[in-house]
Amino acid sequence: MHLTIDEVRHVAELARLRLSEAELTLYAEQLSAILDYAETLQQVDTSHVPPTPYVLPLHNVMAEDTPVPSLPNAVALANAPDQADGFFRVRAVFED
Amino acid sequence: MSEALHELTIHAALDGMRRGDFNAVELTQALLDRIDQVDGQVKAYLTVTPELALAQAAAADARRAAGDDAPLLGVPLAIKDVLCTEGVRTTCGSRILENFVPPYTATAVQRLADAGMVMLGKTNTDEFAMGSSTENSGYFTTRNPWDLTRVPGGSSGGSGAAVSAQEALAALGTDTGGSVRLPASYCGVVGLKPSYGRVSRYGLVAYGSSLDQVGVLAKDVRDAALILGVMAGHDVHDSTSMPTPVPDYQAALTGDVRGLRVGLPDEYFIEGVQPEVEAAVRRAIDVLAEMGAEIVRISLPNTDKALPVYYLVATAEASANLSRFDGVRYGFSAGADSILENYRESRGQGFGAEVKRRIMLGTYALSAGYYDAYYLKAQQVRTLIKQDFERAFEQVDVIASPVAPTTAFRIGEKADDPLAMYLSDVFTITLNLAGMCGISVPCGFDNAGLPIGLQLMGPHLGEETVLRAAHAYEQATTWRSHWAQPEKAGVS
Repeated sequence: MHLTIDEVRHVAELARLRLSEAELTLYAEQLSAILDYAETLQQVDTSHVPPTPYVLPLHNVMAEDTPVPSLPNAVALANAPDQADGFFRVRAVFED
Repeated sequence: MSEALHELTIHAALDGMRRGDFNAVELTQALLDRIDQVDGQVKAYLTVTPELALAQAAAADARRAAGDDAPLLGVPLAIKDVLCTEGVRTTCGSRILENFVPPYTATAVQRLADAGMVMLGKTNTDEFAMGSSTENSGYFTTRNPWDLTRVPGGSSGGSGAAVSAQEALAALGTDTGGSVRLPASYCGVVGLKPSYGRVSRYGLVAYGSSLDQVGVLAKDVRDAALILGVMAGHDVHDSTSMPTPVPDYQAALTGDVRGLRVGLPDEYFIEGVQPEVEAAVRRAIDVLAEMGAEIVRISLPNTDKALPVYYLVATAEASANLSRFDGVRYGFSAGADSILENYRESRGQGFGAEVKRRIMLGTYALSAGYYDAYYLKAQQVRTLIKQDFERAFEQVDVIASPVAPTTAFRIGEKADDPLAMYLSDVFTITLNLAGMCGISVPCGFDNAGLPIGLQLMGPHLGEETVLRAAHAYEQATTWRSHWAQPEKAGVS
């Protein structure tokens, strides 16, 4: 299979990645090659095989519902590129 | 004392400190001097923390003077830079986290610290642990201490090189598809990947959450067993950490492999394996047989599907995990005019080529219309791979194979061909998909003098058996008396 530049552009938009035209071209080629390789899986009969999302026999692990200390506000914000009044600051989500 | 302090194993260093031959400050200074001597060429460390290390060493000496004998008291170690360390920059080898200083410490690291570790610094890695060579680091490529023109393996290549060049007594790495075992093999040290769930992943920056596991790179099997014993066990902060009690791993090192059933999978002795690698691994198996192990030919029929399964499952998980890097809460922000544009620009500029490639692949595999064909299919074939191992471990106690098809390759050799690079992991990724444990132990050198690793794989929570077999083999051979000498190599 061969991914088109437009398909790669669409995936980049889903992934919130700005890619240059050169990157789009390169990834179209490389992802196509990797997906071709992955096509070998289609030959495997998995009609009665359950998926393995993870390997442990643990399910619905619960914790005691007791309050424990959390990061102080200033520490949680210490790595923020932008902050104001104890909050992360971002550009407006809604335009006027 | 015949060996310089930086040449000691952990257990030898602890013996020396207990006897009072030297203290933790002297030992730590010896390691810092060694880093000064060779790391300009080896480039194992992204961050060295000498003041912190000497302060921790002084504190360890005070604890020992007060009668404390914690299991790692005063032992200088290095930590892969994907494990969070409070107050010490943690980059994940990525420019997007160039200035990130974590507000908390990963559980695995904290347990070593509580046991008295001295942290020397943070080691280089492929960006977000995605790679097999450290060439994907956003900073620089680490060199193989045996040949500075070659890669150390990846992604824990900084940790492998640091231990191999004797710039740390041991180091933590992480293994998602072979990232502890491959650099251990390429650098000629021991690399232990515990079973999924054995060690807490809290504070390990996530790559493939169903595959990631913290592991150890060490000078010998006893040191690896010691560190695993300290960091393993349930953690309330990681719901996927197993509540199973932690055994005494050092007690498992009996040297006795009589009656141990060692499986040789046909699918791991195939065309394309470097002849010296296959010969060394077969000789190692002969050694185990001479010591009384029973060698059993087995089959893991779905082995050839593991690579595509891995590159769909791991990238799908990565594409979700790395969505947290949004330029808002931490990390690089491009400062664009709209919030959406800032996501795109911060991520587009902050991530390197391989990380973007894997996010793209994973996003594609999870996107509408392709989920069943790629992601679900991969998870189903993953079940078949896991069942292969479950059946095999009804017949045998451990499985032996090469760690990788070849010894360390040259820097740049595979940089432009992602698929060729991915093939380095063909013998290691199966264990991560099955969630089982394994170890790389040195078993010889190729004609160019590069180390070769023997992989011993065990069932889920089978660490004692794997460590016992690896230790018995190690004790019966002399490979661990050979060390790289990067200080004697010229710059090429």
